[in-house]
Amino acid sequence: MIALLTRDLRLALRAGGGFGLGLAFFLIVVVMVPFAVGPRADLLSSIAAGVLWIGALLACLLSLDRIFALDWEDGSLDLLATSPIPLEGLVSIKALAHWLTTGLPLVAAAPVLAVMLNLPPQGFMPLIISLLLGTPALSVIGTFGAALTVGIKRGGLLLSLLVLPLYVPTLIFGAEAARRGADGLDITTPLAFLAGITCGTIALLPFASAAVLRINLR
Amino acid sequence: MTLTVQDISVARGGIAVLEGVSFTLTPGHALVLRGPNGAGKTTLLRAIAGLQSTLRGDISAPEGGLVYAGHADGIKPTLTVVENLAFWAQIFGTTHIDTALAAYELTALADRAAGALSAGQKRRLGLARLLVTGRPLWVLDEPTVSLDTHATGLFAAAIRAHLAQGGAALMATHIDLGLDEAEILDISPFRASAAVLDSFDEAFL
Repeated sequence: MIALLTRDLRLALRAGGGFGLGLAFFLIVVVMVPFAVGPRADLLSSIAAGVLWIGALLACLLSLDRIFALDWEDGSLDLLATSPIPLEGLVSIKALAHWLTTGLPLVAAAPVLAVMLNLPPQGFMPLIISLLLGTPALSVIGTFGAALTVGIKRGGLLLSLLVLPLYVPTLIFGAEAARRGADGLDITTPLAFLAGITCGTIALLPFASAAVLRINLR
Repeated sequence: MTLTVQDISVARGGIAVLEGVSFTLTPGHALVLRGPNGAGKTTLLRAIAGLQSTLRGDISAPEGGLVYAGHADGIKPTLTVVENLAFWAQIFGTTHIDTALAAYELTALADRAAGALSAGQKRRLGLARLLVTGRPLWVLDEPTVSLDTHATGLFAAAIRAHLAQGGAALMATHIDLGLDEAEILDISPFRASAAVLDSFDEAFL
């Protein structure tokens, strides 16, 4: 399984691997917002947390169809399904690799971009914590969506439609935590909900993803 | 390590293609499936590999003893030949990739990106994967596609060595590999008969 993780990370970092795709998209969205909203520091700082969360979520969504599509096209998925690795392990590793190549860079870039949106200083820590807690759920849910649409040519639209509603709870509690943090309020409750959602998806969804992958391969 | 297939029926795209296929494959033997295009060779092999469900019948394959190689080789173009093989070796928990490289004369290409290989070289890399898995039962779908005569000879030698070590191979292929120990099973007699009305008139009477 470690071999699979290192292979996926290596593939992502090589040319055409898609590493940086989500990051670049996140960067573009956040840089464009001040141009669209106008140079009003008070307005920007009040929407900063929400914009950063939306940007991170969409950047995550952008790279989802790569999770299984490439392995499906070149036949590796069939070969992996007949290998000693259980499918539950396979989808968990795929989700982890997706988070390491997409979610983690977004978390790292968020504080830098938050400066551009004039996020209040007390909001930085809550923003990082909420993204750190929330992005794993985005990757795990996204892996489930990718497993559902594997084998469908250009299934990106279907994938987005399936996954976006499932992203809503994570977005609500994640953005709520970041926003309350920026306003200097207590963030324990939304963070607890966010952590709960993440733990729940990590515990349950790999089994669902493996089940739909099994059906799709057959 | 015996593969037993009893009276299985398989379907592709919701239509039954094969009915009542039975055979036994014991260690040290090879079985070659023959049949025209669309006869259901790939469907049967995928069912045996566990990638497809069967309509009826039993397949008793050795648990964790099977390796499947389909039309696609599962090669990552941005990884080198060695990295591709080493990945599969790690997945199957083995280490000896040098012998696999040598068996298919890939040693000279070891550090080349797999995307830069020709179709035949890619296929050789795909077949070399079978050697690093260390699994006794090979299930191969058209293994010799895009191989030249020399590479086909390498493949036949690899099969022979595998059988000599007590392995077994089940393959669908159209060409004669010159394997004396291989049995041939023509699957065209097992073609499923579509449910057709006996007489058109009876439907109205």
